[in-house]
Amino acid sequence: MFTDNQLLPISALQHLIFCERQCALIHVEQLWAENVLTVEGRHLHDKAHDGPSETARDIRIARGLWLKSNRLGLIGQADVVEFHRGGVVRPIEYKRGKPKKDASDRIQLCAQTLCLEEMLETDIDEGFLFYGTRKRRTKVEFDASIRDLTMRKIERLRQMIEDRETPTARRMPKCEKCSLVELCLPDSQRFRNGVAAWNDRQFHCDDDVDDVPETDPFDIGLDLLEPR
Amino acid sequence: MKKHLNTLFVTTEGAYLKKDGQAVVVSIEKQNRLRLPLHNLDGIVCLGNIMCSPALMGACARAGVSISFLTPYGGFIAAVNGYSPGNVLLRREQYRRADDPDSTLHIARHFVSAKIANSRSVLLRAARDSRDAESKSALQSTAKLMMRNIRAARNATTLDSLRGTEGESANTYFSVFNQMMSNRVKGMEFTFRSRRPPLDRINALLSFLYSMLTHDARSACEATGLDAAVGFLHRDRPGRPGLSLDLIEEFRAFLADRLVLSLLNRKQIQARDFDVTESGAVLLKEKPRKEVLAAYQKRKQDVITHPFLNEKTTVGLLVHLQARLLARYLRGDIDDYPPFVWR
Repeated sequence: MFTDNQLLPISALQHLIFCERQCALIHVEQLWAENVLTVEGRHLHDKAHDGPSETARDIRIARGLWLKSNRLGLIGQADVVEFHRGGVVRPIEYKRGKPKKDASDRIQLCAQTLCLEEMLETDIDEGFLFYGTRKRRTKVEFDASIRDLTMRKIERLRQMIEDRETPTARRMPKCEKCSLVELCLPDSQRFRNGVAAWNDRQFHCDDDVDDVPETDPFDIGLDLLEPR
Repeated sequence: MKKHLNTLFVTTEGAYLKKDGQAVVVSIEKQNRLRLPLHNLDGIVCLGNIMCSPALMGACARAGVSISFLTPYGGFIAAVNGYSPGNVLLRREQYRRADDPDSTLHIARHFVSAKIANSRSVLLRAARDSRDAESKSALQSTAKLMMRNIRAARNATTLDSLRGTEGESANTYFSVFNQMMSNRVKGMEFTFRSRRPPLDRINALLSFLYSMLTHDARSACEATGLDAAVGFLHRDRPGRPGLSLDLIEEFRAFLADRLVLSLLNRKQIQARDFDVTESGAVLLKEKPRKEVLAAYQKRKQDVITHPFLNEKTTVGLLVHLQARLLARYLRGDIDDYPPFVWR
């Protein structure tokens, strides 16, 4: 059992699966930056949480439900949870864009489900992901393999945060989409063991007076014929 | 590094800044004069008697927008920065290194050698553009002298000798500062470096721009999770942003000095733009102060290629990048800190 001080956010699992370094920058080093994608995502979630709980036909719909599991050490919020007559529970997570190749959305939904199962003392066999561009639900079945994968990711997350470990950066195509790229500076890793040598080269200058920097075109106006 | 955020400079005495939704509103004599969304800003600099609502300060702290309160001439009074609980690990590492004489010397050497190298580059660029043969040769031979100082700084074995080399280079560099001006008129010569108060017009301009640079460096430290107060070259002193001062060493000549020279050479700032007080202190008047700030802000938007990252960036983001590279080095991601060397 984990104490309240040890609870980790469910959303960190998505960061972990996207990039372990991004996850560490956010959850170990507490860095954060917004870009278009994060802002859009937040607005979508705010919208999903908007509006009162309602009962339509035989379904009660709860929004922005807080979730917690002391057994798994997780805390989070579900966009929508449907409570069907007869005790069936269905979590629904809203996502911008289209289904991802990786399992991150399913793992996040599964982690929410594990919390719900513990809180409600029930079993949940399926839930849904709602993608913005598709505008319809994708069913997710919580079978043994997704549950197992989710548990392993939760363990990895806890290990990384407790060890205060920040993995080394690697430049990857997906860095383009990451709002933290400017804080992460993956390109500086090209020089990982070469900065000292790079510095030596920078400071090696000849007495040659033609060695004039050109990287910055800014002109101090010393050669003005007619001062303005 | 694609985006460049802006600094809002407020210079009108008696202006009141308040929060309206997610925007800052500047009101002067109870009239709303300006409204800017907070997400477009990375800093607010209040020069002189400017008031600021607590709600705005809170919103800025949350949005990561730093507010500095300065005297009309750029002297630091106070700053509002958000609570930065994150990066306690990075800060601890920073303190450990700052407490260790070898680590401190190692990092300080980079700041000083880059400062001298960049001053030397400024001299060489000016020499190239100079139409006056005498000035040209004076600038070139001074640049040559400074080569030796770069080597001395790189090999310094104590912080004191490093500071000695730094001081000597600064004297050498400023001794030919006048040679970088095209229209030397009476009252507009550089005499010797004087601060608190500046005793000539050029010193007044230099000090003013160095303060603006320090504000930017302080924001860069905060945004990166570094403690702006704990420096390596600059010893701790309460109220002094040691690390910000360390970081601006690389940029003084490259950014501030060249901007001062440009303003003077283009006669955007002239002798009549200053007040000389009875005590000899020289102060920039209010209207030209705005002109200088506008030029500084415009300059920060120029695009250059970062020498180490080899990536296009704006001049204004350079100090942020350097803070981040320093953090990477402290954290052990890279084997050394690459200072900004203008080449």
